[in-house]
Amino acid sequence: MNLTGLLSREWRALVRNRGAVLNPMAFLFLAVMLFAVGSPVSDNETARYGGAMLWLIVLLTNMLSLDSLFRRDFDNGVLEQVLSTAQAPFMVVLIRVLVQWLGTGLLITLLAPLLCLLLGLPSEAIFTSMLALLLGTPALSLLGAVGAAMTVGFSRGGILLGLLVLPLFLPVLVFGASAINQAVLHMDATAPLAWLAFISMLALSVGPLAATLGLKISLQLQ
Amino acid sequence: MLNLSDLVCRRDERQLFAPLSLHAEAGDCIELRGPNGAGKTTLLRTLAGLHSQFDGAFACAEFLFQGHRMGLDELMTPIENLRWYGDLEGVRLDDAALREAIGRVAMARAAFNLCQRLSQGQQRRVCMARWLLSSASTWLLDEPYTSLDADGQQLLNELLQLHCDKGGIVLAATHTPLRISNSRVLEIEPAGEDAR
Amino acid sequence: MGLKEFWHKLGSPRWFYQISLPWVVGFGLAALVLLAVGFVWALAFAPPDYQQGNSFRIMYVHVPAAMAAQSLYIGMGVAGFVLFVWRMKLADVFITACLPFGMLLTALALFSGGVWGRPTWGTWWEWDGRTVSTLVLLFLYIGIYALREAIVDTELRGRASALVAMVGTINIPVIKYSVEWWHTLHQPASFTLTEKPSMPPEMWLPLLVMVIGMYCFAAHNVLSRMRMEIIERESGTQWVRALVSGQRAAG
Repeated sequence: MNLTGLLSREWRALVRNRGAVLNPMAFLFLAVMLFAVGSPVSDNETARYGGAMLWLIVLLTNMLSLDSLFRRDFDNGVLEQVLSTAQAPFMVVLIRVLVQWLGTGLLITLLAPLLCLLLGLPSEAIFTSMLALLLGTPALSLLGAVGAAMTVGFSRGGILLGLLVLPLFLPVLVFGASAINQAVLHMDATAPLAWLAFISMLALSVGPLAATLGLKISLQLQ
Repeated sequence: MLNLSDLVCRRDERQLFAPLSLHAEAGDCIELRGPNGAGKTTLLRTLAGLHSQFDGAFACAEFLFQGHRMGLDELMTPIENLRWYGDLEGVRLDDAALREAIGRVAMARAAFNLCQRLSQGQQRRVCMARWLLSSASTWLLDEPYTSLDADGQQLLNELLQLHCDKGGIVLAATHTPLRISNSRVLEIEPAGEDAR
Repeated sequence: MGLKEFWHKLGSPRWFYQISLPWVVGFGLAALVLLAVGFVWALAFAPPDYQQGNSFRIMYVHVPAAMAAQSLYIGMGVAGFVLFVWRMKLADVFITACLPFGMLLTALALFSGGVWGRPTWGTWWEWDGRTVSTLVLLFLYIGIYALREAIVDTELRGRASALVAMVGTINIPVIKYSVEWWHTLHQPASFTLTEKPSMPPEMWLPLLVMVIGMYCFAAHNVLSRMRMEIIERESGTQWVRALVSGQRAAG
């Protein structure tokens, strides 16, 4: 299998379907704005809650992005070709998740300084926030892919996707927010960061395989 | 290579049809016939590895599957789709081969349009180009005549004939009889009352 | 009978149906006895906690329910693995049977956790490690339930539930630890389950009895549901028809 060929196809799909990346990003900033404006937290207290709010918004943005992860290819028949003819469908799924992460998790990581500013987090927390996002968002994409795979066959699978996937996201939220809070309090954030890395590793070993199996099941639903 | 040994497909724990056995030789062109809902699509999908509920056994290697859905990415051009199929199969496709395949299916003028701008019939022709470029010896086709105009149907018959003459195997579910020499029929019969 | 033979026999729902009746009865009786004894012991004879007085006795309901609910989910995960690797129909029957009782137990654990919280901390609901953990477990159960509702095909439904149960089970330790972590950061001074070693025997013995009793109750419930599920699934077959008509003739 030609991996570079597959990657370039994914990239082309991303470029020609910019909405798939831009819409969740627009949601991201909209949500940040809503949280910042609507939050009852006073200005000098935002540092305490900013970490949790940031991660909450990141979770929801990921959910939006995941809904369309496999849908197009499911509808146009490409997915069944991948699963019947490809030598290693697992690799195709992995590459798809990788590209989704590039368009959400990585992008959010790069935007972290701006997001921290908007949510009232102090500048000491920026570096740790970026690190936490870098280590934690892969888990969201990988675990989310499992939910996306299981619900792609349903026309209104969005809610079910959330139900399946949010319990799995919870540890990432906990450790991610914790890491940022530690940084705000000038404390060592190594432990939660290590946990984020561990969860992402676990997700890497379980996620793509489970997603491939889930897709095989979804393709049989009529 | 295509062999079926008392193969029965199941759906929702119900057997869909009476057990089927088949031994296909190189050059065989087999029509899969049966009433609507008999399980032709399910059988083809089972052979393609997309449907996991079945009893009995089958061996199907080096195949390509063409289902009801096109299998083309609408945001890519025909050329890009064909290259992608090559990547999927691990086949190196050079430009000359691509041009030849596109030309054979008479899609040269539209080869660089996005597939979403092509009609159903044109997309079907791109699929046929894919069959030409594939190294698969067994073709599993589900209603290949769908959306094809008279020229398209003629083209399909030529390609099928060519493939079988070269020693390939074709198993096609169809309501319209294939006008291929040396074709035979595999009839799907509904399962008996007590089938479980 | 060796383990291999036993495993092979589990491929037959009919065999399972035939051998499971004594187990159902046995577990039922054991549950009845243990829970009755445990209940009385816990309420009447165990000493009151020096901090929380008598209200902590709700622990004797909450802890067994929470433990059994979690074990049932992990059981579903293991059964899911069996389903995928060995394609054993009985594994799907097991998962179907665990689901309702597991959800019930989780709800009971949540409710009793709330009741525990009320007199102790003055709130019906407290976001601590224990409650969040139990709530997440409830959502894991609901997720499988909702997925099953959406798929009509029996075999596909089984495979889908098995997959989700497996992924959920792998995540349970991670979720539990993350919630404990968060909890210790926010509320270092609460009574937690893990303080078992510091409990004197007069306290944890009745707890043990309740836990074993609850597990027996769960086993009884799951096995009897499995039997009902088998009858329903195999309703077209010879042996079930003979069974039903035989019962009709006798009764």
